[in-house]
Amino acid sequence: MTCREVVELMTDYLDGALSAADRARFDQHMQGCDGCRAYLAELRTARMLMGRVGSEPVPEPLKAELMNAFRNWKSS
Amino acid sequence: MMSVSLFSSLPPWPEGRSSYPGPQVVRQPVDPDLDALKSGDEAAFEALIGRYHGPMMRLAMSYLRDRGAAEDAVQETWLTCLRTLNKFEGRSALKTWVFGILLNIARSRHRKESRILPFASLFRRDGGEGRGPTVDQRRFGSDGLWSAPPDSWSNVPESKLLGRETIDQVKAAIEALPAKQREVVILRDVAGFDADEVCGLLSISAANQRVRLHRGRASVRKALEEYLK
Repeated sequence: MTCREVVELMTDYLDGALSAADRARFDQHMQGCDGCRAYLAELRTARMLMGRVGSEPVPEPLKAELMNAFRNWKSS
Repeated sequence: MMSVSLFSSLPPWPEGRSSYPGPQVVRQPVDPDLDALKSGDEAAFEALIGRYHGPMMRLAMSYLRDRGAAEDAVQETWLTCLRTLNKFEGRSALKTWVFGILLNIARSRHRKESRILPFASLFRRDGGEGRGPTVDQRRFGSDGLWSAPPDSWSNVPESKLLGRETIDQVKAAIEALPAKQREVVILRDVAGFDADEVCGLLSISAANQRVRLHRGRASVRKALEEYLK
C-alpha cells in the first residue's frame, strides 16, 4: 500500500470497517511511515476538536420556557 | 446494535418471527434518562437539554440561516418530544429519537426557507459523495509516497490547540462543508453518534456514511493544518 492509498482508508480503519487483509496491509504500512502516522494523529485531533465544538449553554429564556413546558407536561 | 428505526411500527423482535420470542431474546435498552423524563424528573430534563444543546444547535444551523431560526427549531424539537414522550417506547435510543425529530423539523423549515429565498440554495455547494482523493495529490511522489508529509502537531502548544480560536476555526470548517458531509460530521464527531445510528437517522448506507465522514474530516483536518502551520 502507498501513502496515497492509506490516507483514503483512514476513516474505514477508525470505524473498524477494513477487511482483515486490508487491515493487515494498513498496519504494516503505518509501522514504517511517519507521514501516515502523523496524518492519522491529525485526523484524530480534528475529531477530538469537533467534539468540543458542541458545548454551548442553553440561553436562559429558552431554558425557562422549556422547563415551564416540562412542568406543564408533568402536571397534565 | 440498537434499533434506530424512529417511527417504526414493527414489533420489537426480528422480522420473520410470528410470535413473541421470549424475554431473553428481546433487548430492552435501559435508558436512565428516559426513565427519569417519564417520571417527571426536572433536574434530569434540565441536564439533558443542557447536554444536547450545543450539538442540536450545530445540526440545526447546518440547515437554517441563523441562530434564531436554529434555536426555534431546537425549542420546537423539545416541545414535540414532550408532546409525544408517552408514546415513545424506547425502541431507539432517546438521543437518536430527539435528534431524529430535530432533523425532520430543521429539514422541513429549510425547505420552506428555500422557497422564500429561491436563490439561497444555489450558493450551497454539495458533492458530499464525490470519490476523488481527499489529499492534494501534489503532496505525493510518483511512487505514491509522501513527498510533502504533514507536519506533526505535537509541537503546537496545548493552549493554542484547545483555545477558543482553534475551536472557531473548526466550527467554520464544518460550516463550509457540503451539506451531505456536514450532517454526517456533525452527527458523528460533534454529537457523538456511532456509525449505525447515523445511517439510521439519515437513511444512508454504511459505505456512504463513511465516504461522507471521511471527506468531511479530511477537509476539517486540512483547515486546521493551514491554521496551525
